[in-house]
Amino acid sequence: MSERSLVSISDLNFAYDERPVLSGINIEIARGKVVAIMGGSGCGKTTLLRLIGGQLKPARGEVRVAGQVVHELDRKGLYALRRRMGMLFQFGALFTDMSVFENVAFQMREHTDLPEELIADLVTMKLHAVGLRGAAHLMPAELSGGMARRVALARAIALDPMLMLYDEPFAGLDPISLGVVGQLIRKLNDALGACSIVVTHDVQESLHIVDYIYFVSDGKVVAEGTAQEMRESADPWVHQFVWAQPDGPVPFHYPAAPYGEQLLGRAGA
Amino acid sequence: MLELVRSLGRRVDDGVWRLGFAARFFVVTLALSGSALRRFPLVVREIYFTGVLSLIIIVVSGLFVGMVLGLQGYDTLQRYGSEEALGVLVSLSLVRELGPVVAGLLFASRAGSAITAEIGLMKATEQLSAMEMMAVNPIARVVAPRFWGGVISMPLLAAMFSAMGVFGGYLVGVVLIGVDEGQFWSQMQSAVDFREDILNGVIKSVVFGVAVSVIAVFEGYDAPPTAEGVSGATTRTVVTSSLAILALDFMLTAFMFRGA
Repeated sequence: MSERSLVSISDLNFAYDERPVLSGINIEIARGKVVAIMGGSGCGKTTLLRLIGGQLKPARGEVRVAGQVVHELDRKGLYALRRRMGMLFQFGALFTDMSVFENVAFQMREHTDLPEELIADLVTMKLHAVGLRGAAHLMPAELSGGMARRVALARAIALDPMLMLYDEPFAGLDPISLGVVGQLIRKLNDALGACSIVVTHDVQESLHIVDYIYFVSDGKVVAEGTAQEMRESADPWVHQFVWAQPDGPVPFHYPAAPYGEQLLGRAGA
Repeated sequence: MLELVRSLGRRVDDGVWRLGFAARFFVVTLALSGSALRRFPLVVREIYFTGVLSLIIIVVSGLFVGMVLGLQGYDTLQRYGSEEALGVLVSLSLVRELGPVVAGLLFASRAGSAITAEIGLMKATEQLSAMEMMAVNPIARVVAPRFWGGVISMPLLAAMFSAMGVFGGYLVGVVLIGVDEGQFWSQMQSAVDFREDILNGVIKSVVFGVAVSVIAVFEGYDAPPTAEGVSGATTRTVVTSSLAILALDFMLTAFMFRGA
């Protein structure tokens, strides 16, 4: 683990029951960087994020965050580490029985003894950072998908985390919201001096905002590099993914009997 | 045949495992209740949702059950010339049995299912995971207040049910049929014992409150995070709670009134 690394993943293996999901993952993420982990659906990206957050335990290998081996921490140690992390869930995961203001204030009230006046000021600042200061009184059900994602972002940065985890932050957003969320991820990371890990399969938006990219397929890192390197990569897998080709190393067709044989066989039946 | 035995064994194994998990969950909930009880407004909010919002169904049901008891009781008692004992029959039936049991069944259907659905949906929409990632234990923050809200609400609802039932019996017996009012109340007062009848009824309602609340929060917390999963968990809450109430009622009655 290098001195500048905030997250260091070495020889990480994970399986759900007998089904292997991740095998031999090695990733180093430095402080101040925004890193994307990309891959198709079901390739193990979200599992990797949950292993970093300590929600799952690896079968082999380890994840170190700020020098601490995450799966070796007891509940108290894990909670102490998580107070320094923020996570944006795929659909925001806002608390539906609380207003926008209360959602953002939630961690401040749970983990600090700050007076309500100060919490009100801090919440206003966080909401202003995501452009939703005027929506503080709304309930989650009154927000659009993009607004909910921005509120969740404000909530995730409530305690100025050192590490931000983003699970599919662009999923289901319209182009304007998508651009706004993308820019916010970059700006907030730079403003907080944090480190961000973005799990996504949205290639074009991610290439604009991230410093480094890891491509994961079948539970392994198959390619890595900067956004520019990925755009210019001759690797067929990376090329198919970056340029959204329907067919390639990842086949369009699910394995089946030969087409002609199947049709003729049915005609003769 | 072998497959049948295997499937039966698997079901029993799953059932025992689930029961053990539920017992551990209950112990953890109790262990983490300190913070919920210290922040009592969280519990008060749950008392409002489970208790206050269940009042209408409890009050209306209690009134009708008492009115039916008044009619049926009068019809039977007058054959033996003891219609003045109607107050005793109505009140003992309610405080000993019908109050805790019927209020418990209504509580399971109205509040228990709502608790399960709410926690199950919080799980399905990753709200519980989000809380975990914010270093806030969802059992302490979400489960424990709902559990205590249910435990506190249930005896109050049962008492309300019994009170409304007695009033319903009075309406039918005294106001409608014309049983002597003095006899109705004085016989009730002399026959109903505070410790034997009322306190035992309260104990029953507390036990039912614990049972329904723990089943409701457990089913919600353990629900698969899908629409079918939450719907199945809600159904299981009502079915399991109802059976648990009836089984516990038999056991408690056997202990409480065996020599009476």
